[in-house]
Amino acid sequence: MSTLIKNGTIVASEFDANANTIPTLEALLSNQEKGATVLLEAGEEVESLSAYLDGLTMIALDFPAFTDGRAYSSANILRRTYKFEGEIRAVGDVRVDQLEQMVRCGFNAFVLPETQDADLAITRLSVFPYSYQATIDTQPIFAQRS
Amino acid sequence: MYIYDDYDQKMVDERVSQYRDQTNRFLAGDLPADEFQHLRLRNGLYIQRLAPMLRIAIPYGMMSSRQLRKMAHITRHYDRGYCHLTTRQNIQLNWPILEQVPDILEELASVEMHAIQTSGNCIRNTTSDQFAGVAKDEVEDPRPWCELIRQWSTFHPEFNWLPRKFKIAVTGASRDRAAVQVHDIGIRLFHENGETRFEILAGGGLGRTPVIAPVIKENLESQHLLTYLEAILRVYNRYGRRDNKYKARIKILVRAMTPEVFAEKVDAEWETLKDGPGTLVGGEVDRVKSYFSEPDYETLEDLVPEVDNVISDTSGFGDWVQQNVAPHKKPGYSIVTLALKTTAIAPGDLTDQQLEIIADLADAYSFGEVRITHEQNLTLADVPKRDLRSLWSKLVSAELASPNLGLLTDIICCPGGDYCSLANAKSIPVAEAIQRKFDDLNYLRDLGSLDVNISGCMNACGHHHVGNIGILGVDKKGQEFYQVSIGGSGYEDASLAKILGPSFAQDDIPEVIQKLVDVHLGQRQADEAFLDTYRRIGIAPYKEAVYAK
Repeated sequence: MSTLIKNGTIVASEFDANANTIPTLEALLSNQEKGATVLLEAGEEVESLSAYLDGLTMIALDFPAFTDGRAYSSANILRRTYKFEGEIRAVGDVRVDQLEQMVRCGFNAFVLPETQDADLAITRLSVFPYSYQATIDTQPIFAQRS
Repeated sequence: MYIYDDYDQKMVDERVSQYRDQTNRFLAGDLPADEFQHLRLRNGLYIQRLAPMLRIAIPYGMMSSRQLRKMAHITRHYDRGYCHLTTRQNIQLNWPILEQVPDILEELASVEMHAIQTSGNCIRNTTSDQFAGVAKDEVEDPRPWCELIRQWSTFHPEFNWLPRKFKIAVTGASRDRAAVQVHDIGIRLFHENGETRFEILAGGGLGRTPVIAPVIKENLESQHLLTYLEAILRVYNRYGRRDNKYKARIKILVRAMTPEVFAEKVDAEWETLKDGPGTLVGGEVDRVKSYFSEPDYETLEDLVPEVDNVISDTSGFGDWVQQNVAPHKKPGYSIVTLALKTTAIAPGDLTDQQLEIIADLADAYSFGEVRITHEQNLTLADVPKRDLRSLWSKLVSAELASPNLGLLTDIICCPGGDYCSLANAKSIPVAEAIQRKFDDLNYLRDLGSLDVNISGCMNACGHHHVGNIGILGVDKKGQEFYQVSIGGSGYEDASLAKILGPSFAQDDIPEVIQKLVDVHLGQRQADEAFLDTYRRIGIAPYKEAVYAK
């Protein structure tokens, strides 16, 4: 069983990802399902959601492998370019040691596979006291200095 | 040089704690090896053929005497009393113990050093011109911009899991000592109406598919540097290939899209970032620049007869001055480069004692700073000409006065099969064999400037593609062979070396070099350099001489 973390807390410790399937981009675009959620594969472009964002409350971004960094860019574009304020959920090969990078790119929900330590995960959502980059809710260090 | 403030120090300290925790979890069996591998790589730690290897970041090659002394301590206490300078201006330890790496990182952090992002598929150490700030041909000191890039790229949350590694180099001079055309991103500074501007190149690189980078932005205003870099990285992160690691570098993407389309894509992305919070406004640029202001130069007489008339000096001092000392922008000062290419010592290696001696010499003669060069040498950038003889005599006793800078025996060489688990062949013994054959300094000086680069495999850490003579270790049915190419350059006239023909056994390499050099000596006009002769006459005469039955 996976763990679902939202906004810094464990909301479901026995989360069954298989029982909670999320409609694919294809389903959304073909209007088969007008749901409020969508699952984007790493290779699918967030731009294709632009016309649907008002109706979406949750966008799940898949990590096919923890070494595949495309979803970080997708989240950043959703938050910064499209100003998407709903839930951005990390699914797939999500690892504890990458959560802080995901948070800084705009993810606020995580489906943690059972191989990962959920209690540890909560303590790893934030690691560094500052950010050298402008992120969705942090000024870069250089702006704080001046 | 740049000094950490409280922000920088806290970031590096936190990184040490993070990595210590990750190491402990790995050792306790709580962190799987496949994941720990990627985390340790982002902290510089490889597992090599015989032992781990730790690559320590030296931002744009700059080091203080205090940091050199700390390195000496670390090599003595945690390693085997020596370290290795790399072709990306970094330092490598060959024998650290995995369990002790967090302690090493803590020692480094105590002197404002780290090993962050020196490996892994992320943005690596930003490199630059070892003569930055002192070169006569410089428009503007590139180091403040390198430092701004260093900070921006450190722990960038979006770009820590790129398709492949990513290297940025910056130059501000007309002579390109930073090899910007063979980097993932190359940046050239220039001035327009008194303002700093950047020319941005993207998609260069060596490795399996060497490419000279095209220009993708001709004239970028300086406040946009970081947002523009972010746009390039985002396009690469999203569209770079991830299915084949040999086709994953940005050069493949730029080539596949064409540079024009790639540039348009970057511009479109940049529109969403331009003038946003990543824009360099406010006092940050000036703050960083203030760390690179001129040291307290004395007003000196430029003419120092002992140095300026050294051509008639037949002692070793004369040779050394002519070969290893370059002109400085300030009257009466000079730029000294220590060629770490003494025969029988691996190119770029330094012992703990030498590190300490260099630290003392830097304090005594060069404002306490040194620069590592991508040729694996070490520069003292601000030495008064009147002190050259005294400096030289101390270098002689420390075996650091090798007078072969820029000559055939100043070989750029990766660690190769002696250390590296990627290598197909050894490279250090090949360098040594060449150095042993060509041991007559007068002959070498007459031959003129000649870059020889050796890589033990296709990854090209020895930059063999840009050597005037490039040597590449290849594996042929389990045997080590060497492919020889000629005509490469990593400077502003960058070109990729062309392969001569079938590869050679290790023992044959010195003789092959001899034949190439003989063609040059027979064909050169006046004091023409090897590369210029080659460019004039083409590859055929060299091929003929080397493969003649």
